[in-house]
Amino acid sequence: MNIVILGCGRVGAALAQLLVGEGHQVKIIDQDSESFNRLGTDFPEGHTVLGNGTDEDVLRRAGISRADAFVAVTNGDNRNILAAQIARDIFRVPKVLCRIYDPIRQETYNAMGLESISPTIVGAKLFRDAVVNPITRTTSPTHSIAQGTSVPVQRMGGARERDRAGKR
Amino acid sequence: MYILIGGGGQVGYYLTKGLLQQGHEVLLLEKDGRRVEQLREELGTSVTRGDACEARVMTEVGGDRADLVIAVTGDDEDNLVICQMAKARFKVPKTIARVNNPRNDDLFVRLGIDVTVSPTRTILHMIEAEIPHHTIVPLMTLTRAGLSLVELTVPPDSPAAGNSLQALNLPPSVNIALVVRGDQNITPTGDTVIEPEDRIFALVTQEGEAALREAVITDEV
Repeated sequence: MNIVILGCGRVGAALAQLLVGEGHQVKIIDQDSESFNRLGTDFPEGHTVLGNGTDEDVLRRAGISRADAFVAVTNGDNRNILAAQIARDIFRVPKVLCRIYDPIRQETYNAMGLESISPTIVGAKLFRDAVVNPITRTTSPTHSIAQGTSVPVQRMGGARERDRAGKR
Repeated sequence: MYILIGGGGQVGYYLTKGLLQQGHEVLLLEKDGRRVEQLREELGTSVTRGDACEARVMTEVGGDRADLVIAVTGDDEDNLVICQMAKARFKVPKTIARVNNPRNDDLFVRLGIDVTVSPTRTILHMIEAEIPHHTIVPLMTLTRAGLSLVELTVPPDSPAAGNSLQALNLPPSVNIALVVRGDQNITPTGDTVIEPEDRIFALVTQEGEAALREAVITDEV
C-alpha cells in the first residue's frame, strides 16, 4: 500500500517503521526536520517530506494523490482533523485515519464519519484494566498496543464489562 | 442575537466591540489568560477564558442557545473545528470562519461552514484592483449557484470599445448587470456602446468570465 503519514512524533515514526518493515510504501511529513531523526538510520531515504501537512501542495509532494491510506498523527487535534478532511474530501484517499486526544471531539467527528482514535480513552482503559481487572492483567497492555489494536474502544470496554457481569 | 466568538486577537476584539454596540449579546472566548485580562479591561464580562473547540467550555457558555458562532483565531484548523463542533454538537444555526489560507475557502464551505471570510483573498483582490493592468476583479462569489459578480474596467485599447454589447456576441453565461461611465450608471441594453474606461459589472459563470475577458480585454485567444 501507498501510505502517507502526517506527523513524525513518537507514534508517527513508530508507525512508519512498522509499515516499512511490512513492505509498504510510506511517506512521512513533518514541519521539523529534526523529528525525522526518530526514524532511525534504517529508514529508506527520500521518504520524508518537510512542510506543513495542512497545505495541499505539501500533501501533493508526499504523493497523496496516489495514496491508499492517510494517517494524521501530529500533536494537534485540530490540525489532524483539518488534514484528514483535506485527504478525504479533496484527494479522495480511500482510507483516512486521525488521532484526536480530546474524547468528546473524537466522538463527534467519528459520528460525522471521520475515522479517528483517541489515545486518551484507549490509554485510560488500558490502565483501568491493568489496575482493576485481573483477567486482562495477564495480557500485557504494551503488547496489544504494539499489535496495533484498533478495535473501537467502546466495544472493547463493553465486551469486558459483559464478560465480568457474566462471571459474577 | 446571542453570538459566540472564538479567538481574542485583534479581529475578535474589534468584532466583539462592534457587535456589543449593535446591541447583541456577545461572548468572546480566548484561551490565553493574560490576553483575557487585557480584553476584560475594556470588554468586561463579555470575555471568558476558554477554548471554543472544547465541548465542555461551549456547554458552560450556553453554546446550545447561540444563534451564531464566529471563529476568528489565527489558525485555520482551530476555526474549522470551532465551527464544525458548534454545528454538530450544539446545533448552532449559523457559523462564520476566518480563513487564512485562501485555498481552505472552498473546503470550509464544503465542510458545512456557512460563511468564510478570507482576508488574504480580499487583499489579493484589492491589489488586483489597484494594479493598472485591466483585469477582472471578483467582487462576490455565489458558491451554490456557481456564479461570480465581477468588475472590470475597459482598457483604452479594448477590442470592445466602440462596439455595442450586442455586437460583442457574449454567451448567455455572461450577464452584464451595470455599466458605470464616470458618475453615470447605465442600465445596459444590446444597443449600449462600450467606451474605454467604462466599468462593467457582470454576473458570470467560470466560462462566462473567460468569454468576457476575451471580448473586452484582449482579442488574442
